Amino acid sequence: MAYQGTKINPSRFSFSQLKFYIILVPMCLFMLLPIVYIINQAFKPLDELFMFPPRFFVQKPTLKNFEELFRTASSTGVPMSRYLLNSIIVTIITMVLTLLLVVTSGYALSKKRFRAKRLLLNINQTALMFVPISVMIPRYLVVVNLGIDNTIFSHIIPMLATPVGLFLVKQFIDQIPDSILEAAKLDGAKDFYIIRRIIIPLVRPALATVAILTFQAVWNATESSNFYVTDETIKTFAFYMNSLTASNFSTATGTVTIAGAGMAAASSLIMFLPNLIIFIAMQSKVMSTMVHSGIK
Amino acid sequence: MSKMWSKLKDKSFGDAFYAFILLTPYAVIFLLFIAIPIAIAIVLSLTYFNVIEPPRYTGLLNYITLLTQDEIFSRYVLPNTFKYALIIGPGGYLLSFITAWMLAQIQKVPRTIMALALYTPSMVGPVFITVVFRTLFSGDEAGYINAILIRLELIDQPIQFLLSPDYIMNIMIFVSLWSSMGIGFLAMLAGILNINEELYEAAYVDGLKNRFQEIIYITVPSMKPQMLFGAVMAIVNAFNTGWIGVALSGSNPTPGYSGQLIVNHIEDYGFQRYEMGYAAAVSVALLLMVSVFSKIAHKLFTEKD
Repeated sequence: MAYQGTKINPSRFSFSQLKFYIILVPMCLFMLLPIVYIINQAFKPLDELFMFPPRFFVQKPTLKNFEELFRTASSTGVPMSRYLLNSIIVTIITMVLTLLLVVTSGYALSKKRFRAKRLLLNINQTALMFVPISVMIPRYLVVVNLGIDNTIFSHIIPMLATPVGLFLVKQFIDQIPDSILEAAKLDGAKDFYIIRRIIIPLVRPALATVAILTFQAVWNATESSNFYVTDETIKTFAFYMNSLTASNFSTATGTVTIAGAGMAAASSLIMFLPNLIIFIAMQSKVMSTMVHSGIK
Repeated sequence: MSKMWSKLKDKSFGDAFYAFILLTPYAVIFLLFIAIPIAIAIVLSLTYFNVIEPPRYTGLLNYITLLTQDEIFSRYVLPNTFKYALIIGPGGYLLSFITAWMLAQIQKVPRTIMALALYTPSMVGPVFITVVFRTLFSGDEAGYINAILIRLELIDQPIQFLLSPDYIMNIMIFVSLWSSMGIGFLAMLAGILNINEELYEAAYVDGLKNRFQEIIYITVPSMKPQMLFGAVMAIVNAFNTGWIGVALSGSNPTPGYSGQLIVNHIEDYGFQRYEMGYAAAVSVALLLMVSVFSKIAHKLFTEKD
């Protein structure tokens, strides 16, 4: 067979692509089914939620589930808005600090010359496979010994250790030619000036990617609220949603309690939407970061 | 000459000094929450520690117990973990690669939309996963899967999917595969799209016969770094998603230990029985497993040059 022109990243449709569509389109629809299902579920009135046989699509959409969710305060009387506010504060601070950390350390690891560089890079690369859940207990001990347990910092500081984020940003900084930095240095630019004026503008896609990954990790995290914090007023939204949905499922029978089903769907939709919106807004930046994600 | 030398030395010393300042904040966090916890886990694994009394050194006892006495570990947790990790790790990885490769063959706009659809499940988070799949697999007639099966007359009584040892593992695997196309998948997609077209042209001139050969001889070798990144992410994902069984069934241990993974075993001993020393030994075993898998991935995909 002769070479027929590469089919990778084609600019036009040809019938040879049809076979891929035939596989991919049903696959995508299948992947989206649970998401479409929960969106419908969240807007179903009570009688539709427990209709038999259950319907997939909502017939008479209502906001009742959301109203109910906002009205239900936790058993300790902390209003939902408090959890939400905590989560927003925690997420924003963590994102800002993470970005600062990865850009400064990524710059040092990429562009500075010093002896331990290779070693540090290898350590961080090994840490890509770090599974935080495996050392929950020692992490808990560290948090307690630092005295940050039961404070808002216990949601933030452990989350700042992001080998994947540093790795992605460092790989991206590697693409910046040294000559640009040399020129700036000749003009007397100091490191922080270089980071602010040259590095950050040029690595924006990578920073956007790290921001998204951090957002997903922090926004969805429940471990810190479960293990590090006992004061109900500094627990997070994800924790609240989690305990709400947990209390609405009867473990004995594996079924959903009547009142809980709609609220659970509404709460998971609220948890999910910010993730989706942010990712859609930044997807092109993520893809251009991923080009440089290879481990060499 | 000597002036130039001192300038040069100055410069490289300056580099090291500033690198130190720039790296310190991240390094401190890294030490506190990654390096030190691993060290603590290793130390604690050599002790008996019940949180109330100070840890008592017991040597390798925990490891010996783990390997020889812990029947739940050897009968359920270890086989479950291997089964689960092998399907979610390599299986999820292969699925990601094949899907990314197919996506690369179509135009940009439909590709972007479909990539988003495929990536979406990986970002939904635990709360969402718990709610959706508990509702879908719910054990009463309002459970969607049960309702469909009943309507198709395949069954006449609803199945307690999430409480039955026969089903929980398969449902866990299904849910994990559903949500497995994360950043590793995006990295591989970007990697495939970034391969120089001329490589393909040259290879066909040299006698490449079909698309399968194209993948083996051109695509994979040209994007080894992304393949490795994807592999590491797949491995981490396989071990990180251990909470799914407990979230779905609502209990730790999972019904009949059938969905019990090593992560749940750590939680069970650490936070329910307060045998922290023993839990730490299990953690160390987990870390070893992850690093063995990732060694294999490095062997496969490291560029030799």
